[in-house]
Amino acid sequence: MITSFLLRSLDRSIVTVVAILLGLAVAIPALNLLTAPDHPLHVPTYLVSLFGKYLTYALLALALDLVWGFCGILSLGHAAFFALGGYAMGMYLMRQIGARGSYGNPMLPDFMVFLNWKELPWFWQGFDMFWFAALMVVLVPGLLAFVFGWFAFRSRVNGVYLSIITQAMTYALLLAFFRNDMGFGGNNGLTDFKDILGFNIQAPGTRAALFAASAVTLALCLVLTTAIVRSKYGKVLVAVRDAESRTRFLGYRVEHIKLFAFTVSAMMAGIAGALYVPQVGIINPGEFEPGNSIEVVIWTAVGGRGTLIGPIVGAILVNGGKSIFTAAFPEFWLFALGGLFVFVTLFLPKGVVGTVSAYLARRKAHRRAADAENARDNLVAEPMAAE
Amino acid sequence: MYRILQTLLITLCLLVSAHVTGLRAADDLSALVNALGTAKLSELDDRIEALAKSGDPRVIPVLEALGEGNLYARKTDGSVYLATEKGGSFVLVDPVDGAQAGEVPKGELQKIKVNNSVRRAVRSALGGLTLFSTDAGARLKAAQSMRQTPNADALEAIDKALATEKDGAVRKSLDEARAVTLLISDRSDDDKRAAIKTLAESGGREALGVLTSALSSADASLKPDIEAALQRIEQAQVFWNAGQNVWYGLSLGSVLLLAAIGLAITFGVMGIINMAHGEMVMLGAYTTFLVQDVIRTSYPELFDWSLTIALPLAFLVTGIIGLAIERSVIRFLYGRPLETLLATWGISLILQQAVRSIFGPTNREVGNPSWMAGAFELGGLTITWNRLWIIVFALAVFAALLFLLKRTSMGLRMRAVTQNRRMASSMGIRTPLVDALTFALGSGIAGMAGVALSQIDNVSPNLGQGYIIDSFMVVVFGGVGNLWGTLVGAFSLGILNKFLEPYAGAVLGKILVLVLIILFIQKKPRGLFALKGRAVEA
Repeated sequence: MITSFLLRSLDRSIVTVVAILLGLAVAIPALNLLTAPDHPLHVPTYLVSLFGKYLTYALLALALDLVWGFCGILSLGHAAFFALGGYAMGMYLMRQIGARGSYGNPMLPDFMVFLNWKELPWFWQGFDMFWFAALMVVLVPGLLAFVFGWFAFRSRVNGVYLSIITQAMTYALLLAFFRNDMGFGGNNGLTDFKDILGFNIQAPGTRAALFAASAVTLALCLVLTTAIVRSKYGKVLVAVRDAESRTRFLGYRVEHIKLFAFTVSAMMAGIAGALYVPQVGIINPGEFEPGNSIEVVIWTAVGGRGTLIGPIVGAILVNGGKSIFTAAFPEFWLFALGGLFVFVTLFLPKGVVGTVSAYLARRKAHRRAADAENARDNLVAEPMAAE
Repeated sequence: MYRILQTLLITLCLLVSAHVTGLRAADDLSALVNALGTAKLSELDDRIEALAKSGDPRVIPVLEALGEGNLYARKTDGSVYLATEKGGSFVLVDPVDGAQAGEVPKGELQKIKVNNSVRRAVRSALGGLTLFSTDAGARLKAAQSMRQTPNADALEAIDKALATEKDGAVRKSLDEARAVTLLISDRSDDDKRAAIKTLAESGGREALGVLTSALSSADASLKPDIEAALQRIEQAQVFWNAGQNVWYGLSLGSVLLLAAIGLAITFGVMGIINMAHGEMVMLGAYTTFLVQDVIRTSYPELFDWSLTIALPLAFLVTGIIGLAIERSVIRFLYGRPLETLLATWGISLILQQAVRSIFGPTNREVGNPSWMAGAFELGGLTITWNRLWIIVFALAVFAALLFLLKRTSMGLRMRAVTQNRRMASSMGIRTPLVDALTFALGSGIAGMAGVALSQIDNVSPNLGQGYIIDSFMVVVFGGVGNLWGTLVGAFSLGILNKFLEPYAGAVLGKILVLVLIILFIQKKPRGLFALKGRAVEA
């Protein structure tokens, strides 16, 4: 009874969150574009981009929650998938610059001219087309996750070991992307973008559209993940999380189940990265920092792992806090973030959303019990309804 | 035929002259010295050479005095003295036997005038003469300088020095100097062949340079020999390069071992993912900085002991911080490794920021004590003392830890708690205490590693960050819960890294190592030396 009750309340909350996101997708761009700059409700363009960034972080956290919250895979390399998606988008944006770069070369991005390259490397081919880049945004992280996961889950690399090798993966990518020879701009990464789909990337209208796209994508992904975890497959996923060996003994191919979740999650992270890059205007190897991946974990943990809404709330809370803190007391941000890590793991293991919904559920259950009691007192003669 | 005769003749002459010089040492020396007094400036060069040829160590102070302009001739008889001014007169010293020779008024002496060409002659003569100095170090230096700037005229002096030299290192250096000199002299081809052989044996970059330059000017008959020698040296170089790589690898391995060994305790034995481990290393390095700071300002004479003082202090400081972390955070998280990971990551952020706030974000300078500075040569290898000490230190820490775990009652308790917590508890072991002490031990060892790493790395708040991933790799690669695995893992990763570097470059080499580890873990998910038994499934 209580489980189904909880599920129904979660259902309602998911719908609410989706509605809020869609509302934001309309409201923020409208407040930005349609109101005058001195209007009290006006949202400046930089804030639109900032909120858009939070939403892409939220999408990344949501992706992590799918594997960590529902499958027990603590990936410390999700920022790598995010960055790969970002690089794919960055490559498209670089190709859109065309001859407007500092060197004015119509074929080659500036850094390649600088490195004296004569022609576009093979892996840059096709990135001048948006559909191709969009495909790569999903395919590259997905493929990496598939290959990596296929090896890892097949040989039953579990728990802590998996966390550490995912960390090694993102660290290796970090080192690799720092190299100039890789052909991704080395240290400086990709920046100085001009156009996206023919629109000026700096224009308020484009910014607002990107924000709306982020919000809508987040809402879609939320619905998708909810559908996944509510399905039969989702039940097995949770079973793998809670008793992996037992699930295997029951005849499920645990490695396939994990692999599917891991790959879908990496694709979502890639999409998040692709939405992130045009809004911040740069992608560089720093995004692969192992520390970034761990930060994603803390967003998810703060919001509440295994709740789907939690990571969205957590990512927005922590990053909003970060923006405010680093502006007001830059010295103390790391103290605050570090303290948050300790506090959440010690005192808030279910996260904000998990704790609140558990409290609500308990109170409702309590009230129900009280109601039932009252009903019994009042209608002593009547037979009890079956619970 | 002619060549052989010539050789014979020269040898004969040398023998005779050496013999004769030996016989009439002292009187002739005085005569030679006095000859300086009567010589004209243009004749001085020859006389100096004559003096130098005597090969007598007593000539050295005479020539030095001449070079400095302290040598005077008496106007009356032309005899030569060392003179020092005293009031209006000169105090005379006999230059050959050092005996006092009275005081004379200034007017009676005439300074032996020198110019640059004479000074040069003095210098080169001294170079040859120091070959006969009684101090082995001076002889070695002379031989090395003659090797670097060979002078065909010095050959006889070298031959003579070789005949009497007993010190092995000096002999070797002399042999090489002789070979280098021979190559540019007009000696016979046979001699030169022998010289080429000597050089080929000595090897090294310098010999390679000497031979390469000799190749262009050599006779056609010698060319094949030189080419063969060059090839031989190059092969030897390949060998020594491999040796150098092994050495660098061992050095890197020892650093990895130091960084990972504390982690092998907390992660390997206790199963705690301590992300703040790197910060313990960093705190150890900062302890060293503080100790050196106090020593510099208050007890500068103790500087060479700074590391010895810093070691136990760093162990205590980080050990106590570790204890505090275990008691306040980690003990609530046993059995939830992923949560420990997050909490300790938070702690690491706090510690980093704390150090940054206190000491500033820039690098702090930590000096090397004198016994850690410098380097020595071993065959073709250059071995720096600090790297050598770090290897020794890493192995010592490893041995001490192994002893502690395997041979003491504390170690027994630690292992018991690791293997079966409840059983250990019911046997009367206070498991919470053991947990706390084990974690403190792991942290303390990280602190000691920090003392060592402060010698080769920048001491900055980010010091620990650079080591954390590598240390995890080492522990996971070697096998969790196994100290020997950590040792083997550290050294094999270090050597592998250094062997990949020349081919792939430093960064790509590191990436390759990471990829190899990731692949390796697929194959052996529990590392090189996996623990077996039920503990594994816990």
